[in-house]
Amino acid sequence: MHLDHSHHGPAAVGADARRADGSRRALRIGLGGPVGSGKTATVAALCRALRDELSLAVVTNDIYTREDAEFLLREAVLPPERITAVETGACPHTAIRDDISANLEAVEDLEDEVGPLDLILVESGGDNLTATFSKGLVDAQVFVIDVAGGDDIPRKGGPGVTTADLLVVNKTDLAPYVGSDLARMAADAKAQRAELPVVFQSLRGEAGVADVAAWVRARIAAWTA
Amino acid sequence: MTRAALLVLADGRFPAGGHAHSGGAEEAVKAGRITGVTGLEAFLRGRLHTAGVVTAALAAAAAAGADPAELDAAADARTPSPALRLTARKLGRQLMRAARATWPSAELDALAGEFPAGAHQPVVLGLTARAAGLGAADAAYCAVYESVSGPATAVVRLLGLDPFAATGVLARLAPELDRVVDRAVSCGTAAPTQGVDVLPAASAPLLEIGAEVHAGWPVRLFAS
Repeated sequence: MHLDHSHHGPAAVGADARRADGSRRALRIGLGGPVGSGKTATVAALCRALRDELSLAVVTNDIYTREDAEFLLREAVLPPERITAVETGACPHTAIRDDISANLEAVEDLEDEVGPLDLILVESGGDNLTATFSKGLVDAQVFVIDVAGGDDIPRKGGPGVTTADLLVVNKTDLAPYVGSDLARMAADAKAQRAELPVVFQSLRGEAGVADVAAWVRARIAAWTA
Repeated sequence: MTRAALLVLADGRFPAGGHAHSGGAEEAVKAGRITGVTGLEAFLRGRLHTAGVVTAALAAAAAAGADPAELDAAADARTPSPALRLTARKLGRQLMRAARATWPSAELDALAGEFPAGAHQPVVLGLTARAAGLGAADAAYCAVYESVSGPATAVVRLLGLDPFAATGVLARLAPELDRVVDRAVSCGTAAPTQGVDVLPAASAPLLEIGAEVHAGWPVRLFAS
């Protein structure tokens, strides 16, 4: 990590762990994954689980609407000033990987306007299996897939499934109805990811987002240690 | 200086936020003014000789050493639409970040300090060219090329236009780009001694009106 404290004015390097005034910036966690896999629902559940213990904010990257931001606003998971939408010009992966400037601006503006923050969740627009976040934008990334998208996705791999810091297999409650084999998905994910963690979750179940929230808490503890 | 620095700065993949903007093309497509290659060429030609020449002259003036704050005020005066002024400052701020990380310079730091919410993009572009060791003509070339290449790419996405045809349009416009650069450089390099009033003030009312309309849409692919 780049730790240059010497520059003045607005930070020029997104990965700086310190803000221009020398304080530690918020941990940034990206959530990516295919359309409809449950990224926004997971973000909403994380906000509900963590908002009483952490100061947090969300950046959404809608592809052509403000739908995701508006869902979060409607669900009132956070006060509106803590939710920002970035427009991505028909290319959601560009905005989180190749040209992260608009997203960096959004996370920095959130810290300036509603900070200090402990955590900023950056939700990607729904994309394909190759979409990953730049390390210049986020400190860790979660890739969200679901059982209804086909139980062969972990086997197919790709940068999201293989390299994300956490893989979430969502909507496990649907597995019997769509004929997905959870044991096979777990074995394939293990083969692709070795020691990297995988969470199987159903947001409709009792545990809900608890495992992912626990993983986030551990990242926060490591970041502030 | 190095010629290759010009390629780095002019590259459409230079990470300065431009990919999310259509330069008014999305509104023109929706309004039916661009429906194919012919419409694209007419749109780009109009853009080149209005917004294109103004931004190129501003960039050339900044690269030639004119006062950036005066240029920023001159850019404001030449941009009637509040939505376009906001877009120009957002893109200026995004370019500033990429520029300071790429070609660190005291002049860029000073401008960033003076305009924390962003100076107009062409002004930042001209200072970036200076920081990269490039000249006024280089800055003007980057500005005019951006003024047509961004919308061309956007129309390829919006209409599913044949990308070879769209690139052919850019190639056909190339001699006109040269002439616009010549004019921009002659005004821009005069600005440090004669003041910003020598800069062109060409305007395209439909681009200004279209930008205001576009900014009000609830659903759109591009930020502008």
